[in-house]
Amino acid sequence: MSAFLATEVNVAQNVGFYIIAALMVYGALRVVSTRNVVHAALWLVVVLGGVAAQYILAAAEFVAVSQVMVYIGAVMVLFLFGIMLTRATIGAESDLNNRGWGIGIPVAALLLAVMVWAIIDEFGSSIIDEPAQPMPTTALSDVFLREGLVPFLALSFVLLAAAIGAIVLARKD
Amino acid sequence: MYAANFLLLGAVLFSIGVFGVIARRNAVMVLMSIELILNAVNINLIAFALMNDSAEGHVFALYVIAVAAAEVGVGLAMVLMIYRNRRSIALDELSEMRG
Repeated sequence: MSAFLATEVNVAQNVGFYIIAALMVYGALRVVSTRNVVHAALWLVVVLGGVAAQYILAAAEFVAVSQVMVYIGAVMVLFLFGIMLTRATIGAESDLNNRGWGIGIPVAALLLAVMVWAIIDEFGSSIIDEPAQPMPTTALSDVFLREGLVPFLALSFVLLAAAIGAIVLARKD
Repeated sequence: MYAANFLLLGAVLFSIGVFGVIARRNAVMVLMSIELILNAVNINLIAFALMNDSAEGHVFALYVIAVAAAEVGVGLAMVLMIYRNRRSIALDELSEMRG
């Protein structure tokens, strides 16, 4: 509890972080545990919205807006279309999990333990300074159009290829 | 703000996503779990950008978002094609490529 009383930590920011983080972890657990595919997609919306809120807490406004537009706006609609086009039954399904799904719990727990140990060991006591202002979008565009120009153009081709590939794959011939 | 907060949240989301990829049988659910993993990585990138006060982490996160959108588009098109050919998207029934 002494962590909350430290003067160098913004208490309101931390409380907001923990509330959103708890919501996100619960939503993520429901995504991987619910028996209804549509419910899983809607819980995924909760998680993605929480991620956008965390971006705003981390002074990344542009990324947060991109997250809302791309993930919640576009990707989730794609997912819902994918669910509706591939499912015969509406409602709960009993065979959403593999037969050996239990093996995933120790694997995920081990992975989490290793990562938590590494993070606590390296960053356990370090505190991020309060950002003076959100990251200005001009700083992002400077990186995008200067040293990041070639990856940016490559990314445009990736998106073009993905769009064409999706049309070719999904069209009836 | 503690540096470990964002990183621990990313680690938890990553592990949940890995569990989903291993446990789920439905191809669409596996794609959703992959989205969880990619978002966990993005949280880490933003956290490190905040730590170093640099814009590069944000740019990387935007790259990841764009690639994830492309991945979902192609992935769902493939799922749709598999469903059309086999009337099922259960991943354990796709055994044609087994050696």
